[in-house]
Amino acid sequence: MAAPLTLLMIVAVTVRAVLFRSSLAELISERVEVVSPITAWKRVIEGLALLDLGVSPYSGDVFHETPLIIYLFHFLVDYAEITFMLADVVTAAALYAAAKDYNKQVFRKQKFALEADRYPPDSLLLPSALRLRLDPLCGAWTSDLLCVSGNVLLSAIFLCLATYQSVYPLTLCAPAMLYLMQRQYIPVNLRRVSFWWFVVQYLFMYLGSLFVLVCLSFFLLGSWDYMPSVYGFILSVPDLTPNIGLFWYFFAEMFEHFRLFFLCVFQINVFFYTIPLSIKLKEHPVFLIFMQLAVISIFKSYPTVGDVALYMAFLPLWSHLHRFLRNIFLVSCVLLACSALFPVLWHLWIYAGSANSNFYYAITLLFNVAQILLVSDYFYAFLRREHHLTYGLYLKKKDGSEATLVLK
Amino acid sequence: MAAHRCRNLACLLLLFLSVFLVTMSQETTLGHEQHATAVGDPQTGAETKHTAEKPRVEEKRWEETKVKATTQASDTAVLTKTQVNEDFQEELVIRPLHSGDIYASFQFRTVWETDFMKGNKVSHYRLFPKSLGQVISKFSVRELHISFTQGYWRTMQWGQPFIPSPPGAELWVWFQDSVTDVDATWKELTNVLSGIFCASLNFIDSTNTLQPSASFKPLGIGNETDHRFLRYATLPREIVCTENLTPWKKLLPCGSKAGLAVLLKSEKLFHSSFHSQSVHIRPVCQDRQCKSSSWELRQALNVVFDLHTSGQSKREWSLFKMFSRTLTEACPLASSSKIYIDVTDNPQEEQFELSPATPLLSQAVVLGDRRTFSVYDLTQQVTFGTVRSLNLMIRWKSSEGDMLRPLLHAERYVAGYGLQTGEIHTLMYNNHPFRSFPVLLLDSVPWYLRLYIHTLKVISKGKDNNPSYIHYQPSKDRERPHLLEMLLQLPPHSVTEVTVQFERALLKWTEYTPDPNHGFYVGSSVISSLVPSTVAMETNITMEQPLFSSFFPCKEESSYFARVYTEPLLVNLPTPDFSMPYNVICLTCTVVAVGYGSLYNLLTRSFQVEEPNPGLAKRIANVIRRMRGVPPL
Repeated sequence: MAAPLTLLMIVAVTVRAVLFRSSLAELISERVEVVSPITAWKRVIEGLALLDLGVSPYSGDVFHETPLIIYLFHFLVDYAEITFMLADVVTAAALYAAAKDYNKQVFRKQKFALEADRYPPDSLLLPSALRLRLDPLCGAWTSDLLCVSGNVLLSAIFLCLATYQSVYPLTLCAPAMLYLMQRQYIPVNLRRVSFWWFVVQYLFMYLGSLFVLVCLSFFLLGSWDYMPSVYGFILSVPDLTPNIGLFWYFFAEMFEHFRLFFLCVFQINVFFYTIPLSIKLKEHPVFLIFMQLAVISIFKSYPTVGDVALYMAFLPLWSHLHRFLRNIFLVSCVLLACSALFPVLWHLWIYAGSANSNFYYAITLLFNVAQILLVSDYFYAFLRREHHLTYGLYLKKKDGSEATLVLK
Repeated sequence: MAAHRCRNLACLLLLFLSVFLVTMSQETTLGHEQHATAVGDPQTGAETKHTAEKPRVEEKRWEETKVKATTQASDTAVLTKTQVNEDFQEELVIRPLHSGDIYASFQFRTVWETDFMKGNKVSHYRLFPKSLGQVISKFSVRELHISFTQGYWRTMQWGQPFIPSPPGAELWVWFQDSVTDVDATWKELTNVLSGIFCASLNFIDSTNTLQPSASFKPLGIGNETDHRFLRYATLPREIVCTENLTPWKKLLPCGSKAGLAVLLKSEKLFHSSFHSQSVHIRPVCQDRQCKSSSWELRQALNVVFDLHTSGQSKREWSLFKMFSRTLTEACPLASSSKIYIDVTDNPQEEQFELSPATPLLSQAVVLGDRRTFSVYDLTQQVTFGTVRSLNLMIRWKSSEGDMLRPLLHAERYVAGYGLQTGEIHTLMYNNHPFRSFPVLLLDSVPWYLRLYIHTLKVISKGKDNNPSYIHYQPSKDRERPHLLEMLLQLPPHSVTEVTVQFERALLKWTEYTPDPNHGFYVGSSVISSLVPSTVAMETNITMEQPLFSSFFPCKEESSYFARVYTEPLLVNLPTPDFSMPYNVICLTCTVVAVGYGSLYNLLTRSFQVEEPNPGLAKRIANVIRRMRGVPPL
């Protein structure tokens, strides 16, 4: 079992090492689709340079990583490549283990193996290669959460690390709790004391470790400067550098007196779906995690292809849903076309000067519509399969003729 | 703003009137002039012979008097100043440049022994302009330097200017240490100055204000150099025109009615390659022991005329041709009023011929070099001759002669293509054959060009040149610019290249200027340096010197202070489409709504087997059947 994984890892690491040394590395690390103002490696180096000059990295508006990262890389900067590779290997291993674990669980639960051994071999390469210079730890932590979720405390700590990095993984709290409760056979029932006891326990661990992290950063830095510089930066979106998300052009063209209102509306969007999704998918926390990651990746303020790759790495887990997908062909065509058009239109706008910002904006719009369609299609397929699991695959009307399923 | 407009209009009207009058009056003076030159010719010939015969004697005589003057200065000056503690001097320096241009530098200095501080209400003003006096006392200003410049000073062709200034507007102020809220005072001060000088200084805000730590030291007395009380700002986009000249002239004791200021006619001054006007206020020492201090107001106006392109094939130049005016008198309020003409490169009159000639020669150490000047003293009636009008004239004989390359000069440009990233290159040239000297480089870059300090490279002679001091203040979006200050040692006979990469930000659509595709200006780099001097510099600041050589105080004999400004940069930024905010808001909201709608749809509904919808007749029948109590169809 471990042999294919090891082989895959070796291939991925080789590809990465080759990319790192090729001239492509420079090109990729400058692409706006790949790096965001928060995760750009260039900015981390800048932060380190500022630290060396004796200037607080948070006194400027270039560095937006958390204090722990800067102090980590302060020691690791010479081994950055290895660190990234290790982080990616850990991510991949964690995803692999999580997928296997999940498949086993599904197998155990449903008694028939619809999707055994369908761990994601191809997608492992995708994030490793693409997230070349990103700070991949966020992804690593998120999936570590899955891997170690046998252990409640570790899961809380990793989730809190992810939250500390960027605010959005806060919404993963709900699926994590649901998953752990499922594993410990705690019924999700609001009237049961054991449910509430677990929630309080988990939240205590989560908030406690968050508190420790925040205080640790404060003591490392000696000031609270990093709070507005990291979290204020994520939430108030002052940097309008184009990316694949919806925020940049919208807020570049926004009327000043509506800015705050729309900022709130857009940011709430990420957190808004958590509770209804948790209620709907309380039996299926892994799918809930997938949904939540996708929502974060679509609606976060500075998305990159790394975020997209993270939730797309889950897609092979849902290969059993393929027969219920409605417009997967169209959506994948649009996604492919968009990925090709991003660099083309960027070049036309920024370098050739023959297009303007609207061209690139149109592609980001299309890309996000395709992502939304993809996610909702998977959601639809998942719900439909659940329905079929209880009511049978071939439904009949009362009069015996073939029935069609509709959402009502 | 409207008030300004009206004022400008009024200024313009006045100007037109004065231009009209001037042209009328010139026709009369022209006749005189021709007469004067005709009469003056044999005179000048005789005089040049005279000076050629015994120039040494002349010089000696002059230098003797100078020494005498300085020895007397200590007691006589104090005596006179106790009676009238105000003094006004004016002078004009003309330097023929090797490029064929003419550099004219006016300097007006008012010195007043008074105390504006400590709640001392000064209400009686004589020579010192009241508007500036009130500014000094209200805002507790210790030093104020403001300059408006149109055009760029080409150091390589023109040499060093007497008072350097960057293109656009520059303002730097040292406040007294009694000021508690420096930023608020600065804000108010810029607005007041904006009104006084009819300039857009009110656009100075926190995004273009700096606090340099080392580049701008106080030029007057006072040892305090806590840079918390220093504010520095430039507006490279500022356009300087008549509306700035008129209020500047009004600050002079004689206005533009008498003295050298008569020559300041805007239609000529602004038809030039370079124009710069400045106001410098600082406390200076009264005597050598510096027991008492007084306030010095120095108004300088530098202009470079390009006489080649103005259509004159003959290389000939006169006061009238340059300024469309001749001089008839000194300002009656001035204690000294002189014209200096740089004749260092012309000792035997082989390059150009000066008329009317003057027997008076003077030497001054300026910018590390000993220069010889012909002096015209306007307070002497002799200067104006029989026609009571002075029209200096220079006729070139040969266009040869090579200029000494300035020891220090600098240039700057933006490299790279596309609108995503770029690189700023600053080149600094040390042309001294064997001596290296230190320079302080000050770079101020607006926040929307995000500098990456880790890409900073300093290379001279192919090797890394590590700065011995770096002060870097990163920018804050929409709040504060980048500030980079470095102390570098320039090796002899070398080019030092400083490169730093930057990233161009996309701004909000309201933050762009009305012509966004014109680009955004980045102010000049400031290079301050102690350049090795070829002759011993004069360190005694209280000695009587020509005004142009005494602006920067000199601390040691072996070097002189020079400040060089590089070109401002024009950088393009990516722009959004300004025509479609509504479209963008609608389209993006639609996408968000699509996301919301599809998720809402899936979250709130459940799957059901579709039952065909019964027809209308059937439904009515069923209603009737229900009323009858019969099971429906």
